[in-house]
Amino acid sequence: MENKIIKQISLFSENKPGRLANIADKFRDAGVNIRAFTIAEAGDFGIIRMVVDKPDLAHEVLHETGFTVSETNVLGVEMEDVPGGLAKIADVLGKENINIDYAYAFVTKTEKALLILRVNDIRSAINALERNSIKLVDMRDIEDI
Amino acid sequence: MIEYWNPLIERMPLEELNKLQEEKLKSIVRYVYEHSDFYRKRFEEAGIRPEDIKTLADVTKLPFTYKKDLRDTYPTGMFCVPNEQLARFHVSSGTTGKPTVVGYTKNDIHEWATSLARAMTSIGVGRGDIIQVSYGYGLFTGGLGLHYGAEEVGSTVLPTSSGNTEKQIELMKDLGTTTMACTPSYFLFMTEVAKSMGISLKDDTKLKIGIFGAEPWSQQMRARIEEITGIKAYDVFGTSELSGPLFTECTYQDGIHIWADQFLIEVIDPKTGEPLPDGERGELVITTLAKEALPLIRYRVGDNTVLNKEPCRCGRTHPRIMRILGRVDDMLIIRGINVFPGQIESVLMNIPEVGEHFQIIVDRVNELDVMTVQIEMTDAAFSDKVNDIIKLEEKVASALHKVLNLAVKVELVDHGSLPRSMGKSKKVIDNRKL
Repeated sequence: MENKIIKQISLFSENKPGRLANIADKFRDAGVNIRAFTIAEAGDFGIIRMVVDKPDLAHEVLHETGFTVSETNVLGVEMEDVPGGLAKIADVLGKENINIDYAYAFVTKTEKALLILRVNDIRSAINALERNSIKLVDMRDIEDI
Repeated sequence: MIEYWNPLIERMPLEELNKLQEEKLKSIVRYVYEHSDFYRKRFEEAGIRPEDIKTLADVTKLPFTYKKDLRDTYPTGMFCVPNEQLARFHVSSGTTGKPTVVGYTKNDIHEWATSLARAMTSIGVGRGDIIQVSYGYGLFTGGLGLHYGAEEVGSTVLPTSSGNTEKQIELMKDLGTTTMACTPSYFLFMTEVAKSMGISLKDDTKLKIGIFGAEPWSQQMRARIEEITGIKAYDVFGTSELSGPLFTECTYQDGIHIWADQFLIEVIDPKTGEPLPDGERGELVITTLAKEALPLIRYRVGDNTVLNKEPCRCGRTHPRIMRILGRVDDMLIIRGINVFPGQIESVLMNIPEVGEHFQIIVDRVNELDVMTVQIEMTDAAFSDKVNDIIKLEEKVASALHKVLNLAVKVELVDHGSLPRSMGKSKKVIDNRKL
């Protein structure tokens, strides 16, 4: 089960010009590749969430630069890139009374869609999704995308 | 066992101490009357002659002296000795007008060092201690003041002055500094720099005592500093007009001991000028009893404090003032409500998720005062859920609202983004054009 948990990098950032460029520069220098990326903005600040190929290195680099950064456990769910893909996943989790804190999606080179999910009960979510034959990706898949 | 630098004086029975103060008051009043045109004129305007001062209580008959008087008589118009008797000048920064010049005779410098030697002894600093003085050296009184005090008490001085923080930390580690003397905000900055160098002040140095001052800091900030670094943090008080840093708390951390044989203190209502009963908060007024070059009579120090004349558990009989949380003129008036930056610090430092750095910004938007308190995000407080962060902002705003009775906007900002200070930190930015 552990290997189905993906480490997402979350960081706090004031809503100021140049902040994102700074992060991108650090990743380029360290050779970190971003797989998925989203910003949740709330006025004066934002939370940047990223799935990267080398989360521990990314965390270290950002922390040393002075960012407030954490690793968050999330799930990566593989979806067929067709209508109804998301509905099925939401349905499974809803029936198990698992709440989705947030989610974002991106499309991979293999024409599948990947949904990143943070849920309130990650273990139950893994059980429920696997019982319903929904494929979860692991860190190695993320590295290979 | 409690140690004293001068047990006879420091533990003198109150009655004797009052008698001593009375004699010294009478003699300083006569001294300034005879040696300073400024004071003679001031006394004449008030209809006072030295012989009118017969008891300690008569001090209230004397006119006040203000910082403005020092400015108006710039540079040395209030001095009681000719320049050739001066051993040193210090000059205040003069951020709000003309600088003020303070002169010292050789005796003045010695009295100053003695005051600090008593204070240092009272917090357990003495022979065998290495005191790193990171207050600025030069025209500012902090550096040289603590330096002479440390030498007087028999400690070893490491005169680093301020700045060059990484080197300071290396020296602290390599030479075994036991006592740091600097502003509390600079010490916090040092702990951050040390951390980035992979050095823990708690585990990797011999630091055990901090002598912190030159800016107001709260009891809650002290608790933070002591917890993070494992040292005992003591407040040091003084102002350049009175010589410089002069007094500290003792190990009981229960008020700052003001040496009554050198200074006479009163706490007054800043509006009416009337003395307040002990225990009531008001403005500190000090008369110097031993200074030669620039004695001050009933000098309006401008700090807000409470007087406590009860002898301390440490055995010292001299009066104490409560830790100073701000100057009368630091007070902000926001929508008609009085706010002291120290109150805000106290509230913030009681909230574990809030880090040590903050800034207060006051603006006027559509004729309305708006106060924003910026706090830095910390690793401990960070959540990657937006709602959690908004909840934290609301929690801080509501805690401030309860104490200040004022709606405050709270903004979380990037860690490390608020200015770190080498000397006195500037916590308030008032953008109102009043």
